[in-house]
Amino acid sequence: MMDHGLANGPPDADALTIAGRTLRSRLLLGTGGFASLELLAAAIAASGTEMVTVALRRIDPGARGSLTDTLSDAGVMLLPNTAGCHTARDAVITARLAREAFATDWVKLEVIGDEDTLLPDAPELLRAAEELVGEGFVVLPYTTDDPVLARRLVDVGCAAVMPLGSPIGSGMGIRNPYNIALIRESVEVPVVLDAGIGTASDAALAMELGCDAVLAASAISRAQDPVRMAGAIRAAVEAGRLARAAGRIPRRLYATASTTNEGLADLAAGTLADRAT
Amino acid sequence: MIRLNGKDCELQAGASVAAVLAGLQLPADARGVAVAVDGEVVPRAQWETFLLAEEARVEVLTAMQGG
Repeated sequence: MMDHGLANGPPDADALTIAGRTLRSRLLLGTGGFASLELLAAAIAASGTEMVTVALRRIDPGARGSLTDTLSDAGVMLLPNTAGCHTARDAVITARLAREAFATDWVKLEVIGDEDTLLPDAPELLRAAEELVGEGFVVLPYTTDDPVLARRLVDVGCAAVMPLGSPIGSGMGIRNPYNIALIRESVEVPVVLDAGIGTASDAALAMELGCDAVLAASAISRAQDPVRMAGAIRAAVEAGRLARAAGRIPRRLYATASTTNEGLADLAAGTLADRAT
Repeated sequence: MIRLNGKDCELQAGASVAAVLAGLQLPADARGVAVAVDGEVVPRAQWETFLLAEEARVEVLTAMQGG
């Protein structure tokens, strides 16, 4: 893989650490939407991800193949989500169930407030986050792009914040880059851009804005070629991270010549005598 | 009657959570599985001893693909 680190340091020099856990890949993968477990496994490999989200649902005894086995074979860490929960209570109980099922204290906390936009319900989210942190969970909340709410979530002990770029599955990219940059400035924990990624350039932008990682799900699983898109978004996350560290040039209204005018040849026609007249 | 994952189940009151899992062809130590009864978590360590009351609502959950 392109493991360039930064400043030619050792391979792990630019690793991401969340709650003491080190990740070399800054791309988290949502497992939803893949047409088959085989496709999911191939996308995981192409993405280079080390952490994937899973949901908890009623068991289907007739289901073919086991997601748990597929993910175990892939060697990735599971990040259970509370997708579909609309109240703090439901989300807290779902997190507790996930802890039983997967033997992990980590949870991607989602508390949805609106069916059409799937936007987070801020008060319920904050309540659930506080409760789960109190129970010893490592809480990664899916939140709006509101810098104040992000700070409140960190204040109650969340290990990272996961602001949306735009609604889940919308592929609308980052609608308010200014807010994402503000969130990065206002909290000390890792910021993971979650939701809204449509293609590779959106992931690169997230990293250029200072996000510490990107979570992509539909952008990969629903792409026409999910495995190729997994590779594209992986490269974009790495490119964006490098660009952020490199420091972009300021935007200007007018051109700034990149070639000096010093030593520019005098190519006007005619002799000196011609010009004197 | 006991409700299992939203459907009536053949098991009667007094059955253990482990019996419910056995009915689903799941081993007693099934990984990636969690159980809730009447909206509360039943920890793995209590699957053998937790007995279901009449009208209990049992949810047996596992990992599914999701964002």
